[in-house]
Amino acid sequence: MNSVITSSWVLALAPEISLLVLLIIVLIYDRLIKPEERRQIGLVSAWGATVILLLTLGLWLFGNEPNVQASLRDSLIWGGMLRHDLITLVFRVMFLVALIVTSLISMDVEKLQRGEYFALLITATVGFSLMASASDLIMLYIGLETASISSYVLAGFLTKDMRSPEAGMKYFVYGAFATGVMLYGLSLLYGITTQTNLYVIGSILTGAQAIPVEANAVLLLSAAMIVVGFGFKIAAVPFHFWTPDVYEGSPTPFTAFVSTASKAAGFAVFIRVFTAGALGTPNPSREWWAMLVAMCIVTMTLGNLAAIYQKNIKRLLAYSSIAQAGYAMIGLVTFTPDGSGAAMFYLLMYVFTNIAAFGVIILVSNITGSEDLDDFRGLSRRSPYLAMIMLVALLSLGGIPPTAGFLGKFYLFRAAVNAGLWGLALIGILNAFVALYYYLSIVKYMYLYRSEEEHISIPVSRAAQVGLAFSTFFVLLLGVYSGPAFEWTLNAANAFYALIG
Amino acid sequence: MPEVTIDWYVALSVILFSIGALGVLLRRNAIILFMSIEMMLNAANLAFVAFARHLGDLDGQVLVFFVITVAAAEVAVGLVLIVTIFRTKKSINIDEIHLMKG
Repeated sequence: MNSVITSSWVLALAPEISLLVLLIIVLIYDRLIKPEERRQIGLVSAWGATVILLLTLGLWLFGNEPNVQASLRDSLIWGGMLRHDLITLVFRVMFLVALIVTSLISMDVEKLQRGEYFALLITATVGFSLMASASDLIMLYIGLETASISSYVLAGFLTKDMRSPEAGMKYFVYGAFATGVMLYGLSLLYGITTQTNLYVIGSILTGAQAIPVEANAVLLLSAAMIVVGFGFKIAAVPFHFWTPDVYEGSPTPFTAFVSTASKAAGFAVFIRVFTAGALGTPNPSREWWAMLVAMCIVTMTLGNLAAIYQKNIKRLLAYSSIAQAGYAMIGLVTFTPDGSGAAMFYLLMYVFTNIAAFGVIILVSNITGSEDLDDFRGLSRRSPYLAMIMLVALLSLGGIPPTAGFLGKFYLFRAAVNAGLWGLALIGILNAFVALYYYLSIVKYMYLYRSEEEHISIPVSRAAQVGLAFSTFFVLLLGVYSGPAFEWTLNAANAFYALIG
Repeated sequence: MPEVTIDWYVALSVILFSIGALGVLLRRNAIILFMSIEMMLNAANLAFVAFARHLGDLDGQVLVFFVITVAAAEVAVGLVLIVTIFRTKKSINIDEIHLMKG
């Protein structure tokens, strides 16, 4: 780890720095415009995020940042605090896409047309981005808390509403508890190794000299405690209790954001800690491996079974998102480059899919004022395009071709089978069947049921049109032509594993 | 007088952590809940500082500064949420915060 600041370090951090600049622009813009033009704040945020996304991709394509060939030593930047590799880039793209589309679909929700709301979305994105690139216990914790604290406020943002502060409070209590437990796990890890850099810890624990037996027990305890923080972020069973309530009570655009970006950030932490070997060589003989597999199976099954009984569409998608986290975990617990690549591809397509679904929910509930499944009666006659977008999103969540969800699941299950985890793949496939039942029951409400209001179409603003069209386009594109995107995530995983050894 | 070794500090931090965790799980008053969460964070801080001193490494002590700062920010947000809820509910008992079934 060098300690001289180079231009490459600054370029590596350029997206986060630009996000902070955007944050200040949004806050100043909010003070300058007339109250009736408030809607424009979302547009500024979306445009800014788009520019940053292009900048990030441009630096990669033309500036060779991140450098895929860099050694582990060179990819650790800022004194070993951050690691700049392809995985950082993949996750950054996910977060920025989530920020862009969330800003667009937030614009028409009147209570959210405030500078603070978009500013907090941006700080949360910075937090996620730092989590995904963290390579030090300090950075991991700070990134996690930057994201979490912004999220608590966003969940409770609608102070006049009865349910939103309650959602914020529940999110806060569960979140603070989980990160507290995780922090204690990190302190034990530090106590065993005297190091705070995850890769140095990894090289000590995976090294030749055996660590004492009693340290092994402490290591297991530390792993269990870190799993609490990670499980909370991705909403895995048994750390999922906050999910339905927070998803239901929070402002819907934020629900879309937290169900995609926050979950992806949780998985990034998994890769940075468990896959990197910071808790010992990741392989099926580890004691904590069995714990993760059990968590994966229970998460899939319980999420799907609970979703069947939901009547509120946000709660339904909350349980569905718990189940989806279970699927993505299948890829990660294989601890092969294939599996991790597949999981990252799955998360990428999940960002597009879930935000499209929530976008439709926002537009419908803006008119009906509630989020019951009954509001979706006759949607295909009311607004055929909205119904079609919802259909595509639901098919993708259920894993039906020609949507991205099918390929995402296919790659995951293939990686599991190749790694010899037949049972896990089989449980995943069975779960996908169960999930189809409730996804298709929403389709039934939209296409088969009639309602008295079906002659009143639902107004869709230009911003929402762009946001929804953008995500639906990618859901379909990744479904029929996934090659380059999958290769990209696979390369990221391969490069990561090659340096871990 | 026995010498105070690293074990004592770690034992104390485990005790503090357990009290904090049990407090979060058992107490129903939101303010006490927050205090318990703070206690968990400080137990981790104590462990970090003790390890850092014992191992002769400064990183752990630096980390604690960050944790203290973050904890202050976190509690500020938590108190804001309590005040917001208190305005509508006139109560901070978290058993009465159950508009949504969870």
